[in-house]
Order: sequence, then C-alpha cells, then structure tokens
Amino acid sequence: MIDVAFTHRQGSFSLDVNMQVPDSGVTGLFGTSGAGKSTVADAIAGLIRPDAGRIAIGETVLFDSARGVAVAPERRRIGYVFQEARLFPHMNVQANLHFGGRRRGAASPDTFEQVVGLLGLEPLLDRRTRHLSGGEAQRVAIGRALLSGPDLLIMDEPLSSLDQQRRDDVLPHLERLAADTGVPTVYITHSIEEIIRLADHLAVMANGTVLACGPIQDVMARPDLPVLTDRRDAGTILLTTVAGHFDDDHLSALRFGEHTLLVPRTDRAEGAPLALRILARDVSLALEPPQRSSVMNVLPGTVTGIHPRGDGHVDVSIDSGQIIRARITRRSADDLSLKVGLELYALVKSVAFAERDAFRRHAAGEE
Amino acid sequence: MPTPAETEALLLSLRVAVWSVLGSLPLAIAIAWLLARTRFPGHALLNGILHIPLVVPPVVIGYLLLVFLGRRGPGGMFLENVFGITLGFTWQGAAIASAIVAFPLMLRAIRQSIEGVDRRLEQAARTLGASPANAFCTVTLPLIAPGVFAGMVLSFARSLGEFGATITFVSSIPGETRTLPLALYAAAQVPGGEAQATRLVVISITLAMIALIGSEWLARRTRHYSSGEP
Repeated sequence: MIDVAFTHRQGSFSLDVNMQVPDSGVTGLFGTSGAGKSTVADAIAGLIRPDAGRIAIGETVLFDSARGVAVAPERRRIGYVFQEARLFPHMNVQANLHFGGRRRGAASPDTFEQVVGLLGLEPLLDRRTRHLSGGEAQRVAIGRALLSGPDLLIMDEPLSSLDQQRRDDVLPHLERLAADTGVPTVYITHSIEEIIRLADHLAVMANGTVLACGPIQDVMARPDLPVLTDRRDAGTILLTTVAGHFDDDHLSALRFGEHTLLVPRTDRAEGAPLALRILARDVSLALEPPQRSSVMNVLPGTVTGIHPRGDGHVDVSIDSGQIIRARITRRSADDLSLKVGLELYALVKSVAFAERDAFRRHAAGEE
Repeated sequence: MPTPAETEALLLSLRVAVWSVLGSLPLAIAIAWLLARTRFPGHALLNGILHIPLVVPPVVIGYLLLVFLGRRGPGGMFLENVFGITLGFTWQGAAIASAIVAFPLMLRAIRQSIEGVDRRLEQAARTLGASPANAFCTVTLPLIAPGVFAGMVLSFARSLGEFGATITFVSSIPGETRTLPLALYAAAQVPGGEAQATRLVVISITLAMIALIGSEWLARRTRHYSSGEP
C-alpha cells in the first residue's frame, strides 16, 4: 500500500489529502483542474514539502512531519512524468533515457531493451530532443522515468499537452505499460476516458481533498460524487468475462454473475476478462420484461438508491449483481413509483458498448 | 615586430586579463546562482554593492583598493603578514583591480542565463536521482554555457582595457603592472613618443580583433553544444 496523507497550504488554497493507493496496477487520480492533483504528485515526489502528514510506500517512509522525516526527491525512487516532457535539451534521446539509470544504478540492458521496445523509442535514440514531436517527447519522458528504476510511477496528465492524434499515438503505449512493467502507477488526469482505459483503481479529488478512493467500479458506482455524476457521460463499470462470439451477427456474449450481455463483436478471446462502461443515459427501466423489443439486454435487478438531480432527471442505482445506473426523467420515476427495494428490469441498449473507450482491461495481474 | 618592451606589455596585459577572468569566474557563477535562485535578507543590497564598479569611476575602485589592500591598508597588511602575499604594485594586484571592475559584467551575463533555465528541468533531474549539486553541474551548467561564455568575453575585454583602477592601485611599473593601456598612456606623456604610441595602438587593435574573432568562433561551438535552447 502507498499511504498519502498530508495537509498543505499554498497561498489561499489548502489541501487535506488522505488516500491509499494499491502497490500494483494503475490508480487514476481524477479531478477537475485546480482540484490539487499536481500538488499531490509534487508532495509524493518530494518537490514540495507538505505542512504536515505522512507519505509512505509500504514500509519506506518518504515523509513524516511528526518524526521529522523528509527524504530528498533524488532518494525517493519516484518516476515522475510531467505534463510537459521536460527532456534535457542538451542531451540526445539516449542520454536522456540513461540519466536516471546512471545515478541510481544502471538498468539492465534487458530492461532498457524492454522499455525502448514498449514505447517504440528505437528509431529515436540518436535524435536530439528538439527534433521530437510532442508525442515522441512524452514517450521518451515516460521511458526516462521508467528507466530510473522507480518504486512508483507518477504521470501528471501526460497527454494533456498533446493534440488528439498524438494522444491516440501515446495511449496504447500507456496501456501496454500498465500491463507489462508491473510498476505501480498513479495516473493523474481530468479525462474520464483515460481513466477508464488505464486505471484499475480510482481516487477522486475536488477542492483539495480526496472524496473517494477504491476499485474503479466501486468508485464509479457511487452516486454522491458530482464530478462523476454531473457529466453527460456519467455511468458505471461492469466487470465481465467473454463467454462466446456470434460471428454472423457480429456480436459477442459477455457474462457477469448469472447474467449474459450481447455486445458488438470484440476481438478478445473466450474467457478473457473485459470491463465495460455503461452510460446512465443509455439505460432505461421497466417493471416487466419487455415483449418483442429491439433492446437485447434486459437485466433483472433491485433498486438500491434513487438520487434526484436538479435538472428534472433522476439517477437510479440498480443492483444486478453489479451496480448499474439509469438516468431517467423524474416523471418516469413517478409513473413507475420507484422506491428502494423495488425489483425491476434494466434495459441496456447495445450501442452503449460500441464506444471504443468502453473496453478496458482488468488489473494487469488478472490477465 | 614588437619590441621587447612592447611584448612585455602585451604578455602582461594577457596574463592580467586571463587571471582576472578565471579567478572571478567561480565566484561569479556562485553569486549569480544565489541572486537568480534564492531570496534572502540583503538580496537587493548585495546586488547593489556588486554593481558599484559599473557606476563609479574606476579611479574610485583603484583608490579604495589602495586604501584597503595596499601595503599600509588593513587588508594588505593582513595578507602580507599571514600569507606573505603582496598585492600593492604587483601584477596580481592589477588582476584583482581588473576582476573587480569587470565583475558586474560577468555577473549580469551569467545571472541572466541562469534565470533563463527552466527550473522544471532541474526538478526533473532531481526526481531522476540527481542531487542539487549534480543537477546544477549536469543540467544547469551546460545550459548556461553560452551565457557564461558571453560573460567571460565581456570581462576579458573589460580587463584588457582597464586603466583607471590599475594605475591608481598598482601604479605603472614596467614589467610588473604596465599593461598595454598604461604603456600607451606613458608613451603619450613623453615628448616625441607619438611613434611608440602609434605602435601600441596597432598592437591593441590587433589583439582586440583576434580576441573578437576567436570568441565568435567559440561562441558558435558553445551554442551548438548546448543545443540552442536557453
């Protein structure tokens, strides 16, 4: 476990952070800009010294104001990927990559090859950093951080300075990294799409505090986090297993618990884990299973929560083995006489699965 | 060809300028870093004091040096008694006078280039395992190399031309403190010294041209090395 608990005042902005990050997989740190995410990253890396608190990776205490411990950043073994690549302009790519290894005991040639291969850096090694595109520079920065032998990797919005095309260029590399390197990662972003593609755990920040922290499907299922639920694309995550394919219909069957979902054909093999994002606005509710309807996925469940919203809509949480959320109008909710404990059917339009970003791997270890 | 006396003045000028530049360089880098990267009580005062040589007549600097570091001055007696070093009327004294007069020029050039270095690069170096000193030597220093070099050139040029502080502090002793400008001044004071003065003018201008061309060439090399970015 990585424990991060501290208070810090910066001008008129004050942080009171308390979160536990698992020491494997990717933890997304999500929040709007100005929530204090980068300050958390700086505190973990040792670039700022919090007013009070304790930061530890497992048994290794990095900061403890009560005992007067404040390990210098160069002794922390935190790989930090910044928003801007921050490559050293007087060195070529190769020298940038070796910078950390030279100072922390060089990474083995195998590790070097692996990281270079994973990030596609081979053709860039002899280039000068000013001749790199934004996406290339950011990939080099990620490689440089990884090759410093970090106990923890922090990525602070590594894609935010890139245009969409460059993002699409870097994102697959990040997905592979998460699975292949085994370095626990804190991934800071204000993009829910990136969180869903990369993160296994999720911490949500607003106004300098951590509102929620836990497995991503648990946090996404919480109805009380406006930064998540106030979005047009609010929704929950289902962890499923690929049960089979229907090639003629271009459909795949996914299982979770005793339920089966039909989704557009995925190229995942049978038995592979697959996480889905289901948007609340794509779910409707019925008290009886619809007869002869075009909706393929009808999931029985029990209402576990009703959360009125200010805009004439109601968010309804349904426990169907895992939590699904439906966003319906208040009038519909009244017509159905919804109340907690009511058994009903959640109708999920297949198109809700079609988004590319709806497919996400499970924690690296499970694959 | 220059006469032995002219060669002597030329070599002395070069020796004084080189020692003045090299001797003040580490101090200039350290103080430039302090002024650029830290805030402490007396920051503005220190900055002001270091710029005094730029705004007062060099004679004032020479006179102050004579009072404090001359044979009868408190600093001069201390150096003489404890270390056996004499600055008054020696070429070392001339180098110190040059260094002090040229110091603000070197300091300003280096400070500006340090302020131009993105501190976030130093932070990145720290997270990659570099101590503050190591980050300075391997990241900051290479990036400010063009600025350091510019400061050295300015300071070298100022030293070659130094006159007022030198003649006031260490006088004009042939072979010891009579640099090119002092020799030129001496020649101009003597009736019938015009030919001698003209020769020294030619030598001075030639030296300046060689130094300029050389520094241009070196500056290009340095800029290439640190890859253009400040």
